[in-house]
Amino acid sequence: MIHPLAVRAAHWVNAFAMTCMLMSGWTIYNASPILPFQFPAWMTLGGWLGGAIAWHFAAMWLLVANGLLYLLYGIASGHFRREFFPIRASELLRDAGRALRLRLPHEVGRYNAVQRFAYVIVLLFGVLVVASGLAIWKPVQLAWLVGLFGGFDFARKVHFAAMAGIAGFIAIHLLLVLLVPRTLLPMVIGRARVPHRTAS
Amino acid sequence: MIKLSDHKKQLVNLERRLLLRSSLSIGALSMLSGCNLQNDDQVDKVLWALSRWNDRVQARLFSGSRLAPTYAASQVTKPFPFNAFYPEFDAPQVDLSSWRLEVSGLVADKTAWTAERLRTLPQARQITRHICIEGWSAVGDWRGLPLKTFLQRIGADTTARFVGFKCADRYHSSLDMASALHPQTLLALDSGNEALPTANGFPLRLSVPTKLGFKSAKHVAAIFVTNTNPGGYWEDQGYNWFSGI
Repeated sequence: MIHPLAVRAAHWVNAFAMTCMLMSGWTIYNASPILPFQFPAWMTLGGWLGGAIAWHFAAMWLLVANGLLYLLYGIASGHFRREFFPIRASELLRDAGRALRLRLPHEVGRYNAVQRFAYVIVLLFGVLVVASGLAIWKPVQLAWLVGLFGGFDFARKVHFAAMAGIAGFIAIHLLLVLLVPRTLLPMVIGRARVPHRTAS
Repeated sequence: MIKLSDHKKQLVNLERRLLLRSSLSIGALSMLSGCNLQNDDQVDKVLWALSRWNDRVQARLFSGSRLAPTYAASQVTKPFPFNAFYPEFDAPQVDLSSWRLEVSGLVADKTAWTAERLRTLPQARQITRHICIEGWSAVGDWRGLPLKTFLQRIGADTTARFVGFKCADRYHSSLDMASALHPQTLLALDSGNEALPTANGFPLRLSVPTKLGFKSAKHVAAIFVTNTNPGGYWEDQGYNWFSGI
């Protein structure tokens, strides 16, 4: 088994919830952009600001509930410790160099240092996007959290930056699935055809 | 005896039909982007239901005593931005000599109020951040009477659930009673040391720094206390009703 059922279920629920959050978030951004550009209509969800906010505040429950279950599972089962750590600087540099030269082989059932690093970073972006989102959702009731983010307007920028980090991760993630399509099926059924831990 | 070859055609047809059905459901997924609270489809019903659930969660999170941050006079946004469902030149020109604040619903004294008489009640000043649902925010300097003072003065039933507001520009909105009684919920007559500009709601506006900006109705002409949720101009179209911050 490459991906346990809990990880696969969390992955696909998250894929749906995150898609809703990103696309509705871009509609909300368009209502008052903080950078000199807007997202094209085809990338947005909800049709108008009110619809987008309804989507955003509906999908957030799914995103957060699923995220919490995943974190709980990852910590309690040892999944994070086993699959993401250790991350050694020397290995990271070596694998990053290989990846940039497109010479980084995909090993079935084992994450390379770049993958480990990327998965930990995107999880931290996830924590940051939820925390900054809570801050701009409840800037009065959670005033301490807004204070932590340096005020309402800066918390909005943090929320945007964390979103951009996640969107960037997804773009690379999807590109790599296109380059190595045999990684897709194991995330659905859990198993791969290639024998476990065999370098390709 | 059943021979597979006899049924091959039907099986292929069935397979095609199943494939068609699954591709249709993918198509249905991509059509989600049409769900915007304005159609009456199943997804919109779910979104509306979750918005009502969010009302209840937010009412639980709301504290009647936690105050919104206040700011120094030097931090006030000048001019305070105009924002409405119409362009600025359409903002209502209210004639103060004939203007009265009407009062109705679950209140003891339904006498209408002149602006002059409103100024005889104890006034308060607050410099707070107005956060728009669009994402921008601005610091406003408001002076007027706390809504709580006014509700007590007119003998409102403060155990009722809602306070509704009707405005001179056809705008309308409503607050839950807990938010209406919050010490920073203000019926503002002045911006800084001057009467409210037309763009900011002359002669009377709400300032509710514990809610999104669209809850701070401008050009308030009537206030009523009720147990039936009055909704609002934006709320009825899909903005979340509670919209607490």
